[in-house]
Amino acid sequence: MVIGVLALQGAVSEHVALLKRCNVQTKLIKEPADLQGIKGIVLPGGESTTMHKLLVRERLLAPLKNLVQHNFPVFGTCAGLVLLTQPETFNSFDGEVIRNGFGRQRESFESAIEVAGFTDPFPGVFIRAPYLKKVGTDVKVLATLAANRIVAARQKNILVTAFHPELTLDTRFHELFVNQVVPMSKFVAN
Amino acid sequence: MVKTGTTLVKRGMAQMQKGGVIMDVVNVEQARIAEEAGAVAVMALERVPSDIRAAGGVARMSDPAMVEAIMKAVTVPVMAKARIGHLAEARILEAIGVDYIDESEVLTPADDTYHINKNEFQVPFVCGCRDLGEALRRIDEGAAMLRTKGEPGTGNIVEAVRHMEKVNEQITQVQAATHNQLVMLARNLQAPYELVKEVHDNGKLPVINFAAGGVATPADAALMMNLGAEGIFVGSGIFHSENPAKFAKAIVTATAHPTDYALIAELSKNLGSPMRGIEISTLSAEQKMANRGI
Repeated sequence: MVIGVLALQGAVSEHVALLKRCNVQTKLIKEPADLQGIKGIVLPGGESTTMHKLLVRERLLAPLKNLVQHNFPVFGTCAGLVLLTQPETFNSFDGEVIRNGFGRQRESFESAIEVAGFTDPFPGVFIRAPYLKKVGTDVKVLATLAANRIVAARQKNILVTAFHPELTLDTRFHELFVNQVVPMSKFVAN
Repeated sequence: MVKTGTTLVKRGMAQMQKGGVIMDVVNVEQARIAEEAGAVAVMALERVPSDIRAAGGVARMSDPAMVEAIMKAVTVPVMAKARIGHLAEARILEAIGVDYIDESEVLTPADDTYHINKNEFQVPFVCGCRDLGEALRRIDEGAAMLRTKGEPGTGNIVEAVRHMEKVNEQITQVQAATHNQLVMLARNLQAPYELVKEVHDNGKLPVINFAAGGVATPADAALMMNLGAEGIFVGSGIFHSENPAKFAKAIVTATAHPTDYALIAELSKNLGSPMRGIEISTLSAEQKMANRGI
């Protein structure tokens, strides 16, 4: 199985390393032709405004948006969550995102978080992180911090985290994506 | 338990900037142009390096009001420079909430013996380096990100190339070394043994390393990325070019696709004049910023 990692900017190699630990092949996605043959895609942490502009410039926004809106499996972390939710980008995840919701870099933090379905807490690394203020009825909330700030969730083919599993060695979210989200869809991009 | 200012969140912030371009800006208007072009962060300062060079005198931290105005104007992270060893300037920048502090040789050093103890800060720091010893000394002091020093404000890439190649060459040497040689190498590099050992074990620096100091064109950015830079700082190269918005966008795209030469050729067409450069041999030893704070 080949999983794509959007490779325009950000924590690309970190996601590739964790996916390899889940025993899948990876492919860097830089232009529309790269989408061919992948069974799911990861949108990494990085700067969402930069990635949005590069998606438009590389003409990747339209084909990728079409895939995601037709049930193609996608896993977005931090900036990836922002891109999936923002109306002007993928407009696919049903929720309201608050960018830099915890403050600036000075307020970035680590915290062990309880995740629905995981036995032990997950090491959450939040860097200028967003959160979801509210989500649609199709969304299953997986983790919440104080004041009802949603930081991990799933909506059918879309898995999102506000934090960075790719900055840890913990593969549980990547395994969830590879073993549960991806097999739900028969879709292979072409 | 919530922990802020950890090594992981400081270094992680730099990992999120990978493959991107950080641009020097001197006002809100330039910050907006940089963000629109796709910069992953902006460096707020009163004068770009080539103007600091031309002005002479003592170059200090920028007016916090000017930095704050830029922080309000853009959503990308904002960095600002403190003088080498000037912990008060760094604390002031931390207090106003800048996202990254550059302890920079572009400003006039405040301490000719010590750098800031960056481990004590909540906010991460980036520092310049010319070789592996310098890189590891800065990491030991708490730098969460590195960049080549290059020769700032010259628009001449040769020093950045030299510094990147030097670091790469020394990493290869450390990787191949036996235990006894590592002890000797650490001594020669004037770097802590533990960090030299970490480079030996992992074959790379423990933090992200960008290129800086002389990038003036999309081709310069691509060159540095191909030499192993993980991203690009552009100082004077954008806003001293003939068409800043076009240069900024072209450098961002070239950094994201550093081996797509057909694309970079397209980007480079009819860009207008880049900043005027300076031949390094015309600079005296005192004029070389890279020699500051080693």
